[in-house]
Amino acid sequence: MSFETGFGLSPFEARALALTLQTSTLAVACSLPVAVVVGWLLARRSFVGHGLLNAIVHLPLVLPPVVVGYLLLVLLGRNGPLGSILEEWWGVRLVFSTSGVVVACAVVGFPLFVRAVRHAAEATDRRLEKVAQSLGASDARVFLTITLPLMAPGVLAGATLAFARAVGEFGATITFAANIPGVTQTLPLALYTVVQSPGGEAAAARLCAFSILLAGAALALSEWLARRTRLDAPR
Amino acid sequence: MIEIRAHKALDGFTLDVDVAVPLAGGLGLVGPSGSGKSTLLACIAGHTALDAGRIILGDRVLFDAVARIDTPPARRGVGIVFQDSLLFPHLRVRANLLYGARRPEPWLFERLVEALALEPLLDRRPASLSGGERQRVALGRALLARPRLLLLDEPLASLDRARAEVVLRLLADLRDELAMDMIYVSHAPAEIAQLASRVLVLDAGRVVEIRTSPTVGGRREGAFRAVRESTTSAIARPQHRSRGGGRRRAWA
Repeated sequence: MSFETGFGLSPFEARALALTLQTSTLAVACSLPVAVVVGWLLARRSFVGHGLLNAIVHLPLVLPPVVVGYLLLVLLGRNGPLGSILEEWWGVRLVFSTSGVVVACAVVGFPLFVRAVRHAAEATDRRLEKVAQSLGASDARVFLTITLPLMAPGVLAGATLAFARAVGEFGATITFAANIPGVTQTLPLALYTVVQSPGGEAAAARLCAFSILLAGAALALSEWLARRTRLDAPR
Repeated sequence: MIEIRAHKALDGFTLDVDVAVPLAGGLGLVGPSGSGKSTLLACIAGHTALDAGRIILGDRVLFDAVARIDTPPARRGVGIVFQDSLLFPHLRVRANLLYGARRPEPWLFERLVEALALEPLLDRRPASLSGGERQRVALGRALLARPRLLLLDEPLASLDRARAEVVLRLLADLRDELAMDMIYVSHAPAEIAQLASRVLVLDAGRVVEIRTSPTVGGRREGAFRAVRESTTSAIARPQHRSRGGGRRRAWA
């Protein structure tokens, strides 16, 4: 069942919805391992540059999204220090592409993801890890079998927040990836486009409803998962 | 034999222990609350790093500040059971029990399941267990891992008297059968007497007394009295013993 036939959306709206789901999911999937490692490091390790890393991670949270998009453009554009390397060595062009939307969504959602993971790592009872070590488990085994499962509700909450943030991402995306139908035009950008067009009210209402629906579904999923993994409640 | 020369400064408390004592027959660790019993266990297990000193278990150096040796907890062969069982909440009882068993031994698993009455609990999650049930699982889990030295920090506090008796007998039997040394912390003299042939009395972070039971392998009543006397005397005059002017080395 396509969005077009199943929900009575126009091809324009269906493309925007599909692209939003695709890019938001990819952004969360790509952020996941990095967010888990960075969140855990910030919570559990003290090292030179801890404060700097924390500041860099949180920068997208306090910067205007358009500034984030512009910085991405400077850094990852065809003539940017990283963008030129990506294009020359691997033929990858992020600017004005669907991949660029994924990058923009991942960057703006990253602080939320890391904060949730960090709180989860801080809340995990470290004595359980010590017990596991005393049972002969290596550090890697302790992390994979004890720490990570216990952090899971926090990681899932972070993933949900990052997904919701990606679904709503506008400023960084339009600055870095532009507003190209079928390529970079996600739900918010499509909504912006129809609002600018005469007679676009009905389409705007539908896109708005889908945005709310997606955000609500993400929150409901997060709650359900958190309830399933909340195992150590007192009897 | 365990040799502990440990110096650890914490917020408002300093652990300063210098002792070498045989572990055969079990070692009891007693002292008032806040005397440093749990801190000492954490140092032996490798959960807390010493500021200075060394810990040698048998012929194995677990920690030596001068030689910069700090064996990771996972390779010390030292298991620990805390008063609050600390089961892994996301794992069922069976998975908790087998977590540290590198080569699961069916006979030992079955024996522990039977002795600790764990059969009906195997497929349950820790959250659904009572305090006593959790503690039995924690004991089974530690024993199944077959550490060289097992540290028991008031492990029977949440068990009823009848169950505690059964567990004490099990611990004493397995200590001999598995050649597993044990250091047992408790405020209950009767428990100490049953599991320990030597008792190390801590107060204010220092060893103030080491008592050797006169009835090792003999009458338990005699051992009970000896332990009770040593514990009482240590608590009654902590200042006198702990102000001795620096470290003291006590050999049992």
